[in-house]
Amino acid sequence: MATAKSVPPILAVRELVKDYGPVHAVRGISFDVPRNCCFGLLGPNGAGKTTTVEIIEGVTPATSGEVLYEGRKAGAQFRQDSGVQFQTAALQDFITVRETLEMFHRLYRRRADIDQVIADCALEKLQKRDNRKLSGGQRQRLLLAIALVNDPKILFLDEPTTGMDPQARRNFWELVERIRARNKTIVLTTHYMEEAQALCDEIVIMNEGVIVTQGAPDTLLKAHYKEIILELPEADLAELPAEFPFSTYRRNGLVEIHTDDANEAITRLSRAGAPLGRLNIRPFRLEDLFLDLTGKELRS
Amino acid sequence: MIQRILAILHARNLEFLRDKATLGWNVAMPLLLVAGMAAIFSGGDRASYKVALVQAEQEINTAAHPYLETRYFDFIAMDQEEAIQQVANHQLDLAINLNSGTYWINPESPGGYFAERLLEASSEEGAWLRQPASGDPITYVDWLIPGILGMNIMFSCLFGVGYVVVRYRKNGFLKRLKATPLRPVEFMSAQILSRLLLAIFVTLLLYGATRLLLDIRMEGSGLALFLVAVLASISLVAIGLAMAARVTSEELAGGLLNLVTWPMMLLSGVWFSLAGAPQWVQQLSNIFPLTHALTAARDIMLYGAGFADVLPQLLILAGITAAFLTLGAALFRWRGA
Ligand SMILES: Nc1ncnc2c1ncn2[C@@H]1O[C@H](COP(=O)(O)OP(=O)(O)OP(=O)(O)O)[C@@H](O)[C@H]1O
Ligand SMILES: [Mg+2]
Repeated sequence: MATAKSVPPILAVRELVKDYGPVHAVRGISFDVPRNCCFGLLGPNGAGKTTTVEIIEGVTPATSGEVLYEGRKAGAQFRQDSGVQFQTAALQDFITVRETLEMFHRLYRRRADIDQVIADCALEKLQKRDNRKLSGGQRQRLLLAIALVNDPKILFLDEPTTGMDPQARRNFWELVERIRARNKTIVLTTHYMEEAQALCDEIVIMNEGVIVTQGAPDTLLKAHYKEIILELPEADLAELPAEFPFSTYRRNGLVEIHTDDANEAITRLSRAGAPLGRLNIRPFRLEDLFLDLTGKELRS
Repeated sequence: MIQRILAILHARNLEFLRDKATLGWNVAMPLLLVAGMAAIFSGGDRASYKVALVQAEQEINTAAHPYLETRYFDFIAMDQEEAIQQVANHQLDLAINLNSGTYWINPESPGGYFAERLLEASSEEGAWLRQPASGDPITYVDWLIPGILGMNIMFSCLFGVGYVVVRYRKNGFLKRLKATPLRPVEFMSAQILSRLLLAIFVTLLLYGATRLLLDIRMEGSGLALFLVAVLASISLVAIGLAMAARVTSEELAGGLLNLVTWPMMLLSGVWFSLAGAPQWVQQLSNIFPLTHALTAARDIMLYGAGFADVLPQLLILAGITAAFLTLGAALFRWRGA
């Protein structure tokens, strides 16, 4: 582990601030993105995720602060080495998927095999289609493919799976795993906690322009929660038993009971005559942590 | 760098060529204009009489000679060399020099014959020395066509490039490009090349059509004319790029471009010569690249000028290009504010 520590992070963000007039979108955040990892940037709508990644990508100027790539100020080399999928991006009209990819391909010194990229993003059958005639999810895949044409060392994905069907999302996750296996670094923003938990080695949770927590998902969960969760539909537990020394929360029509002694809690529920047919026992997930820390509901 | 320019150029050309409506408009509109010209001007020439008075001062003193009081005659002060040239080309009916007692006439011009008879009638016998000056007639169409070609280049280059760049910026395509190694100069070069190719292609087409349909005059160096067209196009694209350097709204861009194109169309001598216009108008017209392009083009096409003769205009166009490219590159933004 000592040697791992001495390797500098691929990306270092220092005291980043971004004001849009009176709106303080990002309020002085700092973090390191370790090499060869999938780094998740999470947060509710308007938290400042897109602003942060776009500053890193060099397309939005920061009000103050700096971004270091390989220990140096991000510049020309960074643009050669990075691949970017924006949350929203327009493409040229009247150009086909393949032509679009070929154009971006030629802008870089290092180039991926374009047919491989097309296959990875499942675009084979769409190669000759006009950009404008793609569905939302297909377009998302094209934007991802554009981000891959230079075989990037560091890949930025801003809500990449929004608009993808479950199948496409699974495929996407596999693709991200494959990319990371090739010693690449991935910076991912997402609203899907399931996605973050499945993919990310390291996460930062932002809220209102500041970082609320940071670390490996499992470590964070262990640090925050010693307990597990019992979930019952509210209908099955209209009233709590008289003697019930556990914290309970009501969310989305469920009663959540947080406890480190599941047996004891179940015994008491059962004694109080609550029906337990729909009882669900589960560990804390990233989603719980996210909700606890940001106090907001997720966008669906 | 070349690779990147070519990549953008290629994609832009594909986009443009496949946009059938816009492409059709870009080619068909000027062709229609020329066809219209042909229909209007294939008939006779102008109806009034024009006589040059060779003298240094602009004012014409009608008391100097009874001939100068002839009704329905326009008398224009001019220097001798130009006057003779224009008589030879049928642009003037007669040129007279009161001081030397000489007049110049084109023996093949009907207007000249008539003007000469009136001159004789208002003078004593033997008062004048007659000098013939002959050549092919230059018609208004010969004079107008370079103007139309130039105007078409102007609209195509200014609007074509200006709107595209603003649209790219507005919809975020430029932002996407910014995240690549592409540099502003490279992007701008590709836009210039793409529009240049189109403008030159359409201009050649129009030039060919007018030569065939209207048999317009072409006396000078084709290569020099080609260079004029190329430099005129580039300088106008450069102005378009500078104007679109950071605008994000098509409406604003349209307004700015109209602000430039309309005065340029009226004051560059597209439709009528500025020779008779007030001094300040003539000086103002010098700020427009189109003025210099048209002067050069007409010198070549009408009076047989060569490369060396139009070098000053070519240099001015190159200068305008350099100035606006520098300005455009300095102002350029991938994203709006
Ligand atoms: N161009 C802009 N001008 C003014 N305010 C802006 C601009 N872009 C973003 N903001 C504001 O900055 C804040 C952060 O926006 P940002 O897009 O970074 O959020 P986000 O975390 O990516 O949200 P989402 O999950 O919805 O994508 C928001 O309050 C937003 O309204
Ligand atoms: Mg966002």
